[in-house]
Amino acid sequence: MSAHVEAAHEHHGPPQAHQSSRVDSRVLGMFLFIASEAMLFGSFFAAYFFVRVVNPDAPAEWPPEPYHFPVFVAGVNTAILVTSSFTMHWALQSIKRGQRPAFLAGMVLTFLMGLAFLLTQAIEYLHVGFNTSDGAFASVFFGLTGLHGAHVAVGLTLLGMVTVRGFRGHYSPEHHHGVELPGIYWHFVDIMWIVVYSTVYLV
Amino acid sequence: MESPFKSEAAAFRLLLITIGAFALIVAAAWIDPWLGVAVWLVLTAAAVWVYMRQRGPRPPQEHVEHVGPPDVRRVLVVANETVGGEELMSAIGELALSAKTEFMVVCPALNSRLKTWTSDEDPARAEAQRRLDATLARLSSVGIEARGEVGDVDPLLAIEDAVRLHHPDEIVISTHPEGRSNWLERGVVDAARERPDRDSRGGESRAGVWSRRCRRVIGR
Repeated sequence: MSAHVEAAHEHHGPPQAHQSSRVDSRVLGMFLFIASEAMLFGSFFAAYFFVRVVNPDAPAEWPPEPYHFPVFVAGVNTAILVTSSFTMHWALQSIKRGQRPAFLAGMVLTFLMGLAFLLTQAIEYLHVGFNTSDGAFASVFFGLTGLHGAHVAVGLTLLGMVTVRGFRGHYSPEHHHGVELPGIYWHFVDIMWIVVYSTVYLV
Repeated sequence: MESPFKSEAAAFRLLLITIGAFALIVAAAWIDPWLGVAVWLVLTAAAVWVYMRQRGPRPPQEHVEHVGPPDVRRVLVVANETVGGEELMSAIGELALSAKTEFMVVCPALNSRLKTWTSDEDPARAEAQRRLDATLARLSSVGIEARGEVGDVDPLLAIEDAVRLHHPDEIVISTHPEGRSNWLERGVVDAARERPDRDSRGGESRAGVWSRRCRRVIGR
């Protein structure tokens, strides 16, 4: 009894948080984070559609003459990024089945493809032929693609950490939450790129 | 409906759907920009329709998988103001005599709506904990071992939490008599009997058994 009282007196700080069993708190955290990210992208898309559609001075051509978007290069980049989602999914499925070599191969491939996407985008910026001072269209182009690029950089950091931890023997069929959460984020980044590429480059 | 970002597999599925949807939109927009808008509207409406269709309640689950030793029955007892009452104690005693039973007592931390909205829950939780401790001590004094915890402010959510965490074979909900019972007025017992749900792992929840295994004790 006295031990119990002593233990109770040793506790400092707020009481233990009460949480629902409906959803894991870490998944809920990632879900709320992605929801806020979706709203951030939404504000950038609002600016894009305003410049392109609502604005009375919107250019008839998109992008306005004499500029061109590198649609083909961005298309190849899209293929790379989408493929990286497949390898990410493969990596997670592999660790769930206890296939460590396949998991590591999937993580390395995903990381390399994400890195290739980011480097290709940087090269695209250098050769695109306009910059933010060339008009609102250029600002929204760099704003949207740059925002997405920043998310890819964050995703790459997460993937890098998972890969390093994977090579150090972390994760198992029972404990792979650290792979699952970056995987959710990576797919979200891919989904946003599909929307960005379709609306900015193609339509 | 399952959240599209609840798991990596769900997010991957959403990615595939997004690729297909935007391929259609872009192809339509190349034919005619307004056709692209129309396809986007149709796909959005279809997504809303699927969402609304999947929101409805699922039929109650008929089969209950027993968790734990085969000869031990698990009973969840949900009560608050009637938690130490004679009627509930008597019902627990009957259950304890009829078979080897593990009891889990949950006291929802009942609170006013305003206090819940302002996160002023500590007094309600302390009061629920006091009742729970007294009840567990009383059960222990008559030789019935039980565990207990303070549940969510919402009694239905408290039941759902306990069902998912403790996998009971049977649920006993103790309420005041009709006319005095706030839970009966709010339809908590009926909702608990009818309400199926999904557990946090995505499988069918044991909550679906409530339609067969949920009983009410009228306390004082």
